[in-house]
Amino acid sequence: MKQTVKQWAQVLGLTVGLAFSAQVVAESATVAVAANFTKTIESVNDAFVKQHPEHTIRFSFGPTGKLFAQISNGAPFDAFFAADEKRAQKTIENGLGLDSSYFVYAQGKIALYSAKYPVANTPLEVLKKAEFNHLAIANPKTAPYGERSEAFLKKMGLYDGVKSKIVNGESIAHAFQYVATGNAPIGFVAMSQIVDPQSPIYKKGEYWVVPQADYAPINQGAVITKRGQDNQAIKDFMAFMKTPEAIKIIENYGYGVQ
Amino acid sequence: MLEIFGTQINLDPIWLTLEVAAMTTLVLLLLGTPLAWWMSQMRSSNKVLLEALVALPLVLPPTVLGFYMLIIFNPNGMVTEFLQFFGFEGQLTFSKAGLVIGSVFYSLPFAVQPLMHAFEAIPSRLLDAAATMRASFLDRFFTIVMPLSQRGFLVAATLTFAHTVGEFGVVLMMGGNIPGQTRMVSIDIFDHVESMEYDQAHILSAMMLIFSLAVLMLVYGLNRRFGVKVG
Repeated sequence: MKQTVKQWAQVLGLTVGLAFSAQVVAESATVAVAANFTKTIESVNDAFVKQHPEHTIRFSFGPTGKLFAQISNGAPFDAFFAADEKRAQKTIENGLGLDSSYFVYAQGKIALYSAKYPVANTPLEVLKKAEFNHLAIANPKTAPYGERSEAFLKKMGLYDGVKSKIVNGESIAHAFQYVATGNAPIGFVAMSQIVDPQSPIYKKGEYWVVPQADYAPINQGAVITKRGQDNQAIKDFMAFMKTPEAIKIIENYGYGVQ
Repeated sequence: MLEIFGTQINLDPIWLTLEVAAMTTLVLLLLGTPLAWWMSQMRSSNKVLLEALVALPLVLPPTVLGFYMLIIFNPNGMVTEFLQFFGFEGQLTFSKAGLVIGSVFYSLPFAVQPLMHAFEAIPSRLLDAAATMRASFLDRFFTIVMPLSQRGFLVAATLTFAHTVGEFGVVLMMGGNIPGQTRMVSIDIFDHVESMEYDQAHILSAMMLIFSLAVLMLVYGLNRRFGVKVG
């Protein structure tokens, strides 16, 4: 009898020990990601899991402000990929993010897209004539892409001419929807939405890449949260984001990397 | 602009919301009354399909409605081309008129269901008696049906109005956030939260909360006093 109890105890101990040792190597993490980076980070993750099959990363996509509000209210995210620097920094300021983990993971690029007007060769003339009824832009108040698009129009002295025709999408993804569904004949979108082979406007219509010198860079900042500070999966994933392999994927999706 | 607790609140989205909700209520009472009457008199099995169609907006995510409307109301789409045939010049997405049309679909069950239940509760013998006295259909409708289903109309109007005020998904998808045209309160709150202006978001949200509570209490108060069936 005693012998059996001892044997069972050994089995139990071994199982528990194994479970714990497995836990140390393999971990799972949940990451909050700005909606514009959805496809890119999924592709990066495909490459990541090939190198780290022991880890599982889950993603929660959404508008940056919403994700920020969720993190501020205790959402279980181990890292935060914001669409700008401001809200990633604010996470650190509020004591919810690790300063040392902060880095700019991508730079967004703006393009003027139209299926109807000759924007590839004469973008500024098209904007100046303003023959279109609607110009789609992401909301300048909430989306960095929108803010830079508006600033670009102002810098070029074109803003007053198109002001009454602007329709705002809540995010760059939303502004893109307006253009892709034909509800707005022209709009400022992200390069990443044009070069993606799965994009509904891939190789359709015309686009013009707004010169980077004409607007402040759209730096997208990432940070590990307090919750994720001891998570090995997150550490490995953040390190992987800085490898040439990941950078190449990010660039292929139309982003710049510093 | 109005200052509440030291925070500047832009009132335009509130006026716009009330305007769109009022227009929607008016349109839905005009269109929903004949529809509800027709449904209340239906005996065939088609009624089930019709009831299900009317109730669809209750279960469909508003984003589905909004997405379909973005596609259907597209300037090159069928609906816009059909309207152009009658001299319509313009676009239904990104406009107040479009929002009202979207809201009519979105709030349809909230108008039709209370009306239908009110109509169904009218004893047919009253109408038959009136008919034997040669009262025409319209005569019967206005002198018997309308007065007897007063509360049904009241509940339908209140719920439609309140439901439209609380609309978000449809407006978000097809509105374009144009000040004075399509920036309704729910969108305004969303924007405030997005840009970390929590003070404004708090005040507007509290206003919505109080408004919604007041409306629901009114509806349930009517229910209690007059026994009108809702939903």
